[in-house]
Amino acid sequence: MSSSNASNERPAWVAHHFDTAGQQVSSAKLGMWLFLATEALMFSGLFLAYFLIRKLHPDMVLVASEELNKAYGGVNTVVLIFSSFTMALGVRAAQVGNQKSLERNLMITIACAFIFMGVKYIEYSAKIHHGLLPWNFFDMEKAAHHSAALASFEYTPMFFGIYFTMTGLHGLHVVIGIGVLTWILIRARRREFTPDNYVAVENVGLYWHIVDLVWIFLFPLLYLVK
Amino acid sequence: MSNQTHDSVEPSYLVAKKGLLSWLITVDHKRIGLMYLVATLFFFMVAGLLAILLRTELFTPGQDFMSAQTYNQVFTLHGAIMVFLFIIPSVPAAMGNFLLPLMLGARDVAFPKLNLLSFYIYCIAAVMLVLTLVMGSLDTGWTFYTPYSSTTGTAVIMATLGVFIAGFSSILTGLNFVVTVHKMRAPGVTWNRMPLMIWAIYATALIQVLATPILAITLMLLCIERVLSIGIFDPALGGDPVLFQHFFWFYSHPAVYIMVLPGFGIVSELITVHSRKHIFGYRAIALSSVAIAVISFLVWGHHMFVSGQSELAGVVFSFITFAVAVPTAIKVLSWVATLYGGSIRYTTPMWYAMIFLWTFTVGGLTGLYLSTLSTDVHLHDTYFVVAHFHYVMVGGTVIAFLGGLFHWFPKMFGRMYNERAGAISALLVFIGFNVTFGTQFFLGHQGMPRRYYAYLPEYEYLHQISTVGSWVLAAGLFLVLFTLLAGLKFGKHAPANPWGGVSLEWHTATPPIEHNFHHIPHVESGPYDFPEIDWDSAKH
Repeated sequence: MSSSNASNERPAWVAHHFDTAGQQVSSAKLGMWLFLATEALMFSGLFLAYFLIRKLHPDMVLVASEELNKAYGGVNTVVLIFSSFTMALGVRAAQVGNQKSLERNLMITIACAFIFMGVKYIEYSAKIHHGLLPWNFFDMEKAAHHSAALASFEYTPMFFGIYFTMTGLHGLHVVIGIGVLTWILIRARRREFTPDNYVAVENVGLYWHIVDLVWIFLFPLLYLVK
Repeated sequence: MSNQTHDSVEPSYLVAKKGLLSWLITVDHKRIGLMYLVATLFFFMVAGLLAILLRTELFTPGQDFMSAQTYNQVFTLHGAIMVFLFIIPSVPAAMGNFLLPLMLGARDVAFPKLNLLSFYIYCIAAVMLVLTLVMGSLDTGWTFYTPYSSTTGTAVIMATLGVFIAGFSSILTGLNFVVTVHKMRAPGVTWNRMPLMIWAIYATALIQVLATPILAITLMLLCIERVLSIGIFDPALGGDPVLFQHFFWFYSHPAVYIMVLPGFGIVSELITVHSRKHIFGYRAIALSSVAIAVISFLVWGHHMFVSGQSELAGVVFSFITFAVAVPTAIKVLSWVATLYGGSIRYTTPMWYAMIFLWTFTVGGLTGLYLSTLSTDVHLHDTYFVVAHFHYVMVGGTVIAFLGGLFHWFPKMFGRMYNERAGAISALLVFIGFNVTFGTQFFLGHQGMPRRYYAYLPEYEYLHQISTVGSWVLAAGLFLVLFTLLAGLKFGKHAPANPWGGVSLEWHTATPPIEHNFHHIPHVESGPYDFPEIDWDSAKH
């Protein structure tokens, strides 16, 4: 539209309001990084709340965090880190135009996300079974039956409140991740991505890495730290 | 510009596509800007009428036509709608959307579909906030302080979810604008050749992106608190209610600058264009916007001087708050210096810019009383605070918004308004505004607390002056509306550049064509290099 020499080489996937493909790609990347900043800031609020609870009730947090299953948490950590790796391989495959590898890696990543949610389901079920829930649903009788030490603290439900809030919001991000990864997989199968035009894969990859990154902080803080 | 014959053939963005649907699914930033403008003006009117109800109830010391509970609900809705549905989106989303790509010489914002999505997210939020009216209303004040907000029986969840969703709209708009400014500038539009309006919008967008997520998590925690009860904000359940205030003001103080920075941008444009003089201290004004954006994240504690934070924290926050005065004063003094020796034209936009200089300066200087620890203890939660933030929000943002509306109205709609009616509206607004809120400084200093529906008889005299002032202010604002609507219907056709502006939005047709420019402009000089400026004699 503007400069006549560029319009000849202009690929069809470049939107009307951009001058060049490079401008469109770099805009998309900058937009994604800004979005990731908002994600990090949003979770930072929850981390602050977590630290406040630790500061106000250190003894309670120590005992209550023993209730979280380190093995399940550890497995999920490995699963997510592995899925970040396959995601990175998928982006690389898109970059070099390896269609088969791109689809395979995306599928593995999605499968890992499902495994993560499955393990989370088992963990949540155990907590619900023992009545270890936030204030409104906390069952003192079941909790005392499960562990006398837990029941001896006045504010035990706070820990499970912040546990469910943090892991719940993170889990929601994993579910959204499954959605956008599936969308990218469908587009990949339609052969929409080329070595010039794969910024959507890259951006979803960035999103998936931050989901992973948040978990890498959540796991030690909730499950491991004494 | 070059092939004028071709220009006149292509239809303007208003008529390029026809039918209601072409508006509802448009990705044209100008149309989206207009839709925002209509929506925000509608909510400005709704919340303004609520304010008139409040002032009228306060005409006498006792109860007139509102119970205490109704009064609480009305002032809450007034505040929540004004802040989240009017002031925050008004200048950035309505005017910014229209102007940003035009001023940068771009065809559209970086993400046009996202832009339309943010508008609809805003609409959903608006519907939710209005729905609280039929769901038992809301009586927490727009600040949603805990533990009251986590225990009251009113529609807190609906309201906070509404604000939460409005936040997403704000984040997406901010993100879009930051990327647009970085990536979509036309050739030759360097950072130092951007109009100051763009600098202000850019600084605003940065705050929108970096502060709003904190509001989102705060309101989400409040909702979870009500549904599951973590106890984090409730001392009875082991939490700390002051944490909510930290969370809330960490967003809401920067949000004050989301509201006022775009107003600064507008005033920079109005003053320089209508006094035919190059802006004084371009870089100082541009960078002071960014400086204000940065400092705004470090001053939230000044809302909590009496909330039991440590003495040291109080001193530090007080000091940093004083620091905000420096970049703000740089702006005000630069505007005054721009006026000095200029060929001032007393157009309606210029009248509003002049009013802004007066009212905003009063608002800014009274902020210094409130950031001083000892005086704040006396003035905290009184009408002094009410008057202060209305001088900044109305006297700053709204006055600038009105000036900008008159300034860019010809560009938006291709029609002129009646100058005399515009000038009379400015006079009415100026008188009404100062009578309404000027008296409240005295009320507050004498000890009248905010948010009370009844008061002691000794305050009656000042309250009555204030209420009469609010009626004058309302009359002035309705005159603005009628002037613009009449201009739309009967106004003369506007030339492409009625004010002789140099920035890029004046270099295209009026109203602009759908893709803004026939040829992407190539810029070789600054946005305020007016042709009549005699640079040689200016050097002496």
